[in-house]
Amino acid sequence: MNASVPIKHTQAESDLIGRFEAAKGVLTGSVAVTALREAAVSQIRDKGLPHRRVEEYKYTDLRAFMKSAAPLAAAADESAVKAILGGQDAFGGLERYRIVVANGAFLPGLSDVEALASEGVSVTSLTGELAGEHGAQLLASPKSAANDGVLALNTAFVQGGVVVKVKEGAEVSRPVELVHVAASAGAQVSRNKIYVAKGAKLRLLETFAGETGAGELNIVFDYDVADTASLVATRLIVGQSDTARLITSIATIGAQTEFKSLGFIAGPRFIRNQQFINFAGENSNAGIYGVTMARDEDLADQTLIVDHAVPHCNSREFFKTVLDGRAKGVYQGRINVAPHAQKTDGEMMTQALLLSEDAEMANKPELEIFADDVICAHGATSGQIDEDLLFYLRARGIPEDEARTLLVLAFLAEAIEEYGEDDVTEGLEARVRDWLAGH
Amino acid sequence: MLEIKNLHARIAEDETEILRGVNLTVKAGEVHAIMGPNGSGKSTLSYVLAGKDDYEVTEGEVLFDGQNMLDMSPDERAAAGMFLAFQYPIEIPGVATMEFLKTAMNAQRKARGEAQLSIPDFMKRVKEAAGHLNVSMDMLKRPLNVGFSGGEKKRAEILQMSLLEPKLCVLDETDSGLDIDALRIVSDGVNKLRGPDRAMVVITHYQRLLDHIVPDVVHVLSKGRIVKTGDKDLALELEKNGYADYVDAAA
Repeated sequence: MNASVPIKHTQAESDLIGRFEAAKGVLTGSVAVTALREAAVSQIRDKGLPHRRVEEYKYTDLRAFMKSAAPLAAAADESAVKAILGGQDAFGGLERYRIVVANGAFLPGLSDVEALASEGVSVTSLTGELAGEHGAQLLASPKSAANDGVLALNTAFVQGGVVVKVKEGAEVSRPVELVHVAASAGAQVSRNKIYVAKGAKLRLLETFAGETGAGELNIVFDYDVADTASLVATRLIVGQSDTARLITSIATIGAQTEFKSLGFIAGPRFIRNQQFINFAGENSNAGIYGVTMARDEDLADQTLIVDHAVPHCNSREFFKTVLDGRAKGVYQGRINVAPHAQKTDGEMMTQALLLSEDAEMANKPELEIFADDVICAHGATSGQIDEDLLFYLRARGIPEDEARTLLVLAFLAEAIEEYGEDDVTEGLEARVRDWLAGH
Repeated sequence: MLEIKNLHARIAEDETEILRGVNLTVKAGEVHAIMGPNGSGKSTLSYVLAGKDDYEVTEGEVLFDGQNMLDMSPDERAAAGMFLAFQYPIEIPGVATMEFLKTAMNAQRKARGEAQLSIPDFMKRVKEAAGHLNVSMDMLKRPLNVGFSGGEKKRAEILQMSLLEPKLCVLDETDSGLDIDALRIVSDGVNKLRGPDRAMVVITHYQRLLDHIVPDVVHVLSKGRIVKTGDKDLALELEKNGYADYVDAAA
């Protein structure tokens, strides 16, 4: 027998273990859910937070970054939530429905529950479902990341979230914004399950508002897209925050489905946006897009695993990163093609634009192919602004700052345009401009 | 309008001297042609005038309307009325042509303290200029110069020149890559812009372009110096006898 040597816990790890003990009464769920939570906290106790010697976290050392862990946020005060929602508007005048999760809990009173019901969409609280007989299924891990440390943190501490069900054939007429509001300081941990039934169509907007103080933000979106359904998920992670932003997508997509996502990141000090996408049915398409901007000492990580587990599916992964100052960008993307997943078509590209000498990009595109009749490609580039392009614009009277802005916008626009959700992405140019202007 | 005095310039990176004492005075309303063999410094002269920082001026001065142009940034020169039609117009994916035109026109207006163009006014100007140059709306909808043929790129350059209404136009081998029809369209576009308040410097290898854009003065540039100046007949003589006489003379 190997006697495992207990690790020496960091302050954050001790805090997390203490937090779990303190919050036991609040962290609800069935017996099976409680067992999953216990197992997850044991993983943290035994292995610690994910760190650079874990391959998936080589460039994104959460253990070194997280100096301490604040307690979980208490239940949100509705008036505080309203004030925050009134003060921010991620999508401007875009007509949309809204679902509000604040301090980790669903707030039906501030959500368009009835209007959504009339469109064939039901929204319930995850907390209630966790207590039910299928509660544990809601916390299932993706096969490609069974022991992921960020997911373990989520499972251990998940406070709540929503279960959204779009019924068969329902084509929701407006985008649905699922907004997470931090109404007071503290860690905010939520998980959301989104079912899109056969033939249904949903466009989801995922936004985050408010400040978590010293607490981390850990949110999971778990999509289940049935045969012939369509889901488009646009995620906006913007604004400054000093603690870790840990966001995970899990997608299981059926046959003949369309799945698209855009992860737009501008501002946070430390962000891990990870996606685990699994093709479970044939003849489906997935388009995964990313736009990342980071400056100062920021770290921005877009991690992605696409599992082509069945034949005849197409996936396109296209990521753009702009770095300034001493920022560090990370792209880890892997396409897995199972032995029988013939006729897979996968095309992955990651491109970085470095605006300073000290910025750093880790580009790691990977293909793991076990089938012999597939088309798969990957590419990675890192470069600076092309001086010839800059000169051409300036020779036409465009001042240097504006010319640089135009070229950065042009660089990012390639991914945004290919994503092709013009009404939703309309306001992103202004956000890029804001970011470039230092806001 | 333009006074170049004893201009010496070299490539910044490897310090290769290209211009070795260019003297040239162009008055308002005049069209000057600069001809010369490959490697004589024609394109370098155009880049130095536009302010490309790949080149370093080591001696001499350039006055534009009496102002020291060498102290100005490329965008300041453009706003002051300098326009370079590039020999190889650059493709910029992701920058929409119309957006680029509007940004450039308004940036220059702003620098000169003029009001921004209204959208209808801007559209009207573009449509009118595009019509004369046979530039289709389809071309204008594409990203800047992306997928344009050689001729389309040159027409797009002249379109920009028409819209920006510069005082000084420097055309760097605008005839290269053009067929007979395209050459006529481009030349017509340039001739339309000739006027008593505007000066032009037309850089070319061949006399052909000068049949269409008839110059007032022709210069021969060789080894970084102007070695001969004459009228339009000088171009015809060069076409007949080649540059050999002047290359030797400069040596």
